[in-house]
Amino acid sequence: MKKSRNRLAAIAVAAIAVTGLVAGCSQGSATNPGGDTPQTGDAQVTLRYMNFSSNDGHEADLQAIVSAFEADNPGIKIAVETVPYADYSAKLQTAVAGGTEADTFELEYASFISYAKAGALADITGIDTAAYAESLVKAYQDGGKQFALPESFSNVVLFYNKDLFDAKGLAYPANEWTWADETKAAEALTDKAAGVWGDYQPISYNEFYKTVAQSGGQFLNAAGDATAFNDQAGLAGAKWLTGKSGTTMPTDADGANTPDFDTNLFTSGKLAMWHTGIWMFGTVAEKAPEMNWDVIVEPGNTQKASAMFSNAVGVSAKSQVQDAAKKWLSYYTASQTTIDTRLAKSWELPPVADQSKLDAYLKITPPANRQAVLDSLNAVALAPVVAKQQQMQDIVNDELATVSAGRASAEDALASMQAKVDPLLK
Amino acid sequence: MSDAIVIGAARKARRRKMAAKNLGWVLVFLAPSAIPLLMFKIAPMLASAWVSLHEWNMISPMEWVGLGNYANLLTSENTWEVFGHTLLYILGYLPLVYAGGLLIAVALNQKLKARGFLRAAYFVPVVTSWVAVALVWQWLLNPSNGLVNHLLGLVGLPQPGWWTDPFWAIPSVILASAWKDLGFVMVILLAGLQAIPQEVQEAATVDGANPWRSFWHITFPLLSPSTFFVVVISLINGFQVFDQVYVMTGGGPSGASQVAVGRIYDLAFRYGEAGSASALSWILFAIILAVTAVQMYGQKKWVNYA
Repeated sequence: MKKSRNRLAAIAVAAIAVTGLVAGCSQGSATNPGGDTPQTGDAQVTLRYMNFSSNDGHEADLQAIVSAFEADNPGIKIAVETVPYADYSAKLQTAVAGGTEADTFELEYASFISYAKAGALADITGIDTAAYAESLVKAYQDGGKQFALPESFSNVVLFYNKDLFDAKGLAYPANEWTWADETKAAEALTDKAAGVWGDYQPISYNEFYKTVAQSGGQFLNAAGDATAFNDQAGLAGAKWLTGKSGTTMPTDADGANTPDFDTNLFTSGKLAMWHTGIWMFGTVAEKAPEMNWDVIVEPGNTQKASAMFSNAVGVSAKSQVQDAAKKWLSYYTASQTTIDTRLAKSWELPPVADQSKLDAYLKITPPANRQAVLDSLNAVALAPVVAKQQQMQDIVNDELATVSAGRASAEDALASMQAKVDPLLK
Repeated sequence: MSDAIVIGAARKARRRKMAAKNLGWVLVFLAPSAIPLLMFKIAPMLASAWVSLHEWNMISPMEWVGLGNYANLLTSENTWEVFGHTLLYILGYLPLVYAGGLLIAVALNQKLKARGFLRAAYFVPVVTSWVAVALVWQWLLNPSNGLVNHLLGLVGLPQPGWWTDPFWAIPSVILASAWKDLGFVMVILLAGLQAIPQEVQEAATVDGANPWRSFWHITFPLLSPSTFFVVVISLINGFQVFDQVYVMTGGGPSGASQVAVGRIYDLAFRYGEAGSASALSWILFAIILAVTAVQMYGQKKWVNYA
């Protein structure tokens, strides 16, 4: 009798050990942050924050903001989880499905609405929004309710290497420039034998909708239920982007479209003009301190149009530390520490209502012409946002790639793109 | 009732009691593998069957669509495309990896110098991470500055665009895959070769068979159980090909090398269509099951168990 009881006890112990092992492998979750959960109040609260925008260069800047917040709020600790942009949406989606998402997480404008509509975000209506630019506050509402706070905005400008222009005796890019001027300069600056390229602009959805606007067209119709790019403006945009590949711009076989390829090309002084985001200012200044470079508003075809991106942070609907989460949200998006850090480190810009707060940013060099960042906002091409965003982007990217590889004409690719994207919008 | 029956019944009862006593221990020893297997394999598989009957973006609540996902997938051109690519991959990969593995196994079955070292060397790629291997092959096959095209250029052969060319993207993946799995096939076939009794070979030699004839008529047929195992495993792996495609070509250019599992990944983790992804997984499962069943049945005709 005694013996069999011992055996049962042994089995129970083994079973518990195994279950414990398995449980040990699982992550903490929004409802159970990091295992044993402190509740809000005076007790210590640990809050998880997942983001992509600090990855690859701004990790220390985010940590500085976190430390300042923790010093001001002794009861709250922030556990930061930083994920590369390329993996972020899959990771967040899977985490939300499994109920293991962080208490607070970053969202791109394009993906915000699907999370808001799905009920994944806590309603934070009533939170103080006075400090933010009004248009950005409204961008993160759905049905009159606030579901996230704007965190940053950024845009894309034309970077150029002054040394390469000087070497060829060419005039620097000017505000009056159009695509034709850019092409002419790019051709003169390209020296394939020396590995020097005149231009670099990703052949992708994110550039394409903008080039359509720069030619006076639109990617989607006004109602947003059909494409509008299969016209002269769309054709001009597609030809402009794809025509660069292999002539003034490196091809995939040369390494284009691999991580950091364009950054390394520009900072090693082998790229004359580069269409990229203002978040690269700090990286370029740091990696190429000797190089002379500046930026300017992107040239247009028939008109100017610049891309504008915005990120936001929201609170998980399942988080059990809502009050602490909201405190962190407000601090992280609008505190003076955040504004100072973002400006001093040339990270994405804070979404402040009071633009005079950006003055400090405009005074930092290089680049000398930081005013281009604000000037770009005068004519903005907003990214079309649809429910099946990723499918749409993949189709556009694939079709543009067939044109740049010379396997299809721009006309055929646009027609095929339209035939595939239109059904996604119904 | 005879004594024998009584003793027999007592024995049976005792055995039953023993079995009951041992059951606890059986469970204890099974638990470490059975519990993870249930949690991480069986349960998700069953769950995916349930998910496949719904529309679900993994954030919002599931919506019942019955067999709608299956109907959509089976009528979608894209599904046939990715299965076509998968089949193309298998058609190139299987003969290449088998022939290569056999060649090396036969060579390393001879009394060579440094045989042990060579056996280990050929097996190293098998235990190397796919990501590392794929990146190295991507570089080797780089159209403009890769080693392979450089060598082809030296001897004046045409230099394909490899993974940047829709026609050559799948062959690029096949080359890398065959190279990596060569060692695995070699080990299985080498074990098979060594299990063939020496006497049979000797008898053939005495009867005047040259090495070539003795290989084709003695060794190869007696190797058929190992061949069968290699073919079954390689086919299943072939249908499930993913890592190398994901890293080397990303399914491109423009979807030209997208395979079934790559499509499942895209549907679930990029497009937020977990229902369709689960349905496609089950379609793939059905195909693999059918192909394997046909092989199990067909083996009776060609596999010789000595």
